[in-house]
Amino acid sequence: MTTVVFTRRNLLAAGGSVLATGLLATGASGVLLPARASGLAPTESMSGGANNYRKGAAIVERIGKGGFWMSGTVRRAGDGAPLAGQRIQIWAHTVEGREHEPQSHGATLTDKDGRFRLEMPQIIPIFGQPHGHLAYDSGEFKTVFLRPVMRSAKETSLEAHFVLQPA
Amino acid sequence: MTRWRSARAPLIWGALGLAIGVPVALAAASEQLAWRDPVYIIAGFAGIIALGLVLVQPLLIGGYLPRLSAYRGRRAHHWIGGALAVAILIHVAGLWITSPPDMVDALTFSSPTPFSPFGVIAMWAIFAVAFLALLRRRLGLRPRTWRIIHIPLAIVIVAGSVVHCLLIEGTMETISKVALCALVLAAAVKVMIDLQVWRKRQAPRGENVARQ
Repeated sequence: MTTVVFTRRNLLAAGGSVLATGLLATGASGVLLPARASGLAPTESMSGGANNYRKGAAIVERIGKGGFWMSGTVRRAGDGAPLAGQRIQIWAHTVEGREHEPQSHGATLTDKDGRFRLEMPQIIPIFGQPHGHLAYDSGEFKTVFLRPVMRSAKETSLEAHFVLQPA
Repeated sequence: MTRWRSARAPLIWGALGLAIGVPVALAAASEQLAWRDPVYIIAGFAGIIALGLVLVQPLLIGGYLPRLSAYRGRRAHHWIGGALAVAILIHVAGLWITSPPDMVDALTFSSPTPFSPFGVIAMWAIFAVAFLALLRRRLGLRPRTWRIIHIPLAIVIVAGSVVHCLLIEGTMETISKVALCALVLAAAVKVMIDLQVWRKRQAPRGENVARQ
């Protein structure tokens, strides 16, 4: 299975059709490259990604009562190798609380394939966009804050992908 | 003909009430409100009401609202302009309390949300008009100078507010939101055409002559 890696900015630039083709849009050049190419560019933090961040959210089975899935992948810049056991922190404005409130925050670890998946309460629009926040902040790699936006407030899942570079 | 004339005033006022009242009522019925605290709700409605006031402003200055003399229409335009500035202050303050980092991003033009800069630019245009209107007499601004200042800012306010509102996914119901935005644009365009704002003139309308 081919993993499609993209950032929101690249996705907007390249168009939705890129999704089906299994290509990787690189941030710096905006040129489409095969996903297996060497020199996989690191993910840049998104603007506003760190808003309402709380340091050190606990690793949880599930945030609140769940019902919504946040998932994604964590890979290494350059060779694209999946990174296992990486801690990803997730938070959002949900039906169970506001973005800055502790119960809206949680963390999970990536599996051996570099994938993570955490159930959380339904995300709802705040500040005009239904969006989530994710952070890699463990220190081994450079800290990255992501702020993916849902295409519709009715969606019940959201994805975000990290390509990390050494700190 | 006479029947239309007698019905015209209540129809126009009723339409204006519906144009603003329906979007507000539908937003008040939004399920999103269940997940918001009172400060955020007030901030959101201050924004919706501000958009409604942006609709009223050109109607007042164009003299389109029946049974309102030109003088009273102008007075109302001044007071509603002040109310608009206050509504925007409540909107921004409430959003700041709700999520300070998001509001700081918006005000510094570093927000990821595409609608924020439009709202912030419209906000500064509203504050600029309100501030200059307060000082207008003290500064001795002549009507023509005032128009040269106010009209471009009014265009920025209308365009900025409409784009800001349309791009937001929030409590407003889509159709009533688009309709209100279309009316705001239509009212602004109509008053600019009717008053021929691009022409260089001293006294565009009868009551201006009468007042000078």
